Amino acid sequence: MPDPSLRSQVEDFLYQDAALLDEWRLDDWLALFTADCSYVVPTTDLPEGDPTRHAVFIDDNYERLVGRVTRLKSRHAHREYPYSRTRRLVANVRITRESPEEVDVQASFVIYRVRSGDMAPYVGHYELTLARSEGGFKFRKRRAVLDMETLQEHGAVSIIL
Amino acid sequence: MDVHNIVMDDPERGIFRVHRSALTSDEVFELEQRRIFDHSWLYFAHESELRNPGDYRRRTIAGRPMFIVRGKDGEVRAFLNTCTHRGALVCRHDEGTAESFQCFYHGWTFNNRGELAGLPGSDAYAEAFDRRELGLKPVPRLESYRGMYFVSMDPGIPDLVTYLGGLRHYIDLTMDSAEALGGWEVVAGTAKFTIKANWKLIVENSLDAYHLPTVHQTYVDYMDTRLEAVGASRMQMQSRLSGQSNGVSYPRGHGGFLHFAPGRTIANLSPLWSESAQTEVTRIREELIQRYGVERGSEMADRSRHLLIFPNLLFQDSHTGFRFRQIWPVSPSELRVEQYDLVPRDEQPELRSYRLEWSRAFLGPGGLATPDDVEALESCQKGYGARELEWNDLSRGMHRQPLASDEVQIRGFWRQWHYLLGGRPAGSEAGDRPPAPVPVHA
Ligand SMILES: [Fe+2]
Repeated sequence: MPDPSLRSQVEDFLYQDAALLDEWRLDDWLALFTADCSYVVPTTDLPEGDPTRHAVFIDDNYERLVGRVTRLKSRHAHREYPYSRTRRLVANVRITRESPEEVDVQASFVIYRVRSGDMAPYVGHYELTLARSEGGFKFRKRRAVLDMETLQEHGAVSIIL
Repeated sequence: MDVHNIVMDDPERGIFRVHRSALTSDEVFELEQRRIFDHSWLYFAHESELRNPGDYRRRTIAGRPMFIVRGKDGEVRAFLNTCTHRGALVCRHDEGTAESFQCFYHGWTFNNRGELAGLPGSDAYAEAFDRRELGLKPVPRLESYRGMYFVSMDPGIPDLVTYLGGLRHYIDLTMDSAEALGGWEVVAGTAKFTIKANWKLIVENSLDAYHLPTVHQTYVDYMDTRLEAVGASRMQMQSRLSGQSNGVSYPRGHGGFLHFAPGRTIANLSPLWSESAQTEVTRIREELIQRYGVERGSEMADRSRHLLIFPNLLFQDSHTGFRFRQIWPVSPSELRVEQYDLVPRDEQPELRSYRLEWSRAFLGPGGLATPDDVEALESCQKGYGARELEWNDLSRGMHRQPLASDEVQIRGFWRQWHYLLGGRPAGSEAGDRPPAPVPVHA
């Protein structure tokens, strides 16, 4: 049974992550990642999608993540200029592995995206590896797995999940 | 708007316009279903998805539930996915391998050749009940070309090779280019997304090289940043390959644009790749030239092909990978995309990962480009709500041998569309023909 205070610390970290993204404070958000990080979103038809073998929606390392953030901050990321409104609900947080260096976490999410007269939720779960760093955590592995069968209402994954 | 006048095609003055009701009207939508989708060859699946007996794929083609399966006898067949008894779907997974398909409603069982193999309580039927007549209904036509299976609802449609016509030249270039690497195979992970826009807008968009610097500026900036980080530049890369980029249009609405683009894993270099990857790409390129000669081999290696197989299959072989992008109309203002990436079966893992990286980076729902196309198309569709402005213009390059960034390939699509809807008299323009072979420099 993992320490309940560890779960509270992880939850606080995930709430901070959600708030930074909902407020579009992308540079502050980028600081939550390690230099050896990965951010992966598999396709909706293959939740187990592995970027080394399969086609996925997103497979960013730190360099590509910086590229994604740079793009989203520009006035020319047309799908997100002006920015959409988002509201992220993160719940059902479970610690699945714990070591002195890292914590593995599973959590559920619903992210509403509101823009241009439409509101569409992205529903899914996170598979995370958090690196312990001084006074908190950083994302080493962030995998957002969607439950929808297609991007029927969304057209794209234009925000960060 | 009368369908006869819905396209304004005036090659003499160099003016081509499409009435916006073509993109908004319910009547046009219905007409398209009956006159285009019921009488075209429609892509269904790739042979790599049906390698072994029993392998199947379930897809919705032209609004019909269907599945395609390799039978125990090795033959590939496409069936309407509906039980001949009372109608329930007999194939209930998107993919798999099966010896038979049992309807879960009353238990009628069909083997993977489509025959009705068994049904519970068969003694309840009279003598005239002939189970040989109650096999699964095959799709009227099924044919394949270079590993691509197509179906048609029209029993009288010309054969697929005739249908594809001159476009086969470009299909062959891509298919041949992977022969020495084990041929192409579909990689798992399909991008399925919906756009609130008319289906023809993404056909246009996928054939449109004019919008690249405007819509995709952030992608271009990203490329530049990556290249600068390794001391290279796009200009430098581009100058290594010289050659003409152009648009092509073929009879029956097929066409596309072709351009010289560096960074293709088959087969020209990118400064972003490791030394071992460069060595392998150089080897592949030399092999292509040895096998197919300098002209054909370097065209395979250097030229990206963004093609439309009329009416709804984009065949895209570029520096961002090779994919089939299939477009389905949902309503006059909604379309669905199914996008399949293909990879050479025996491609080195390192090259495979570069290929998939650049495919994702550009042309996928999570990439740095496609989301902005989605925004552009939805924005156009919204704009059509202002009904007092009636016409779209597609006249670029009508007075000259068309460049890739001209619109001849889009006009070719619309001309065939208009013809099939019953509106277009015969007529063409200079660029609406295969161009003379383009000189290629090694
Ligand atoms: Fe585009």
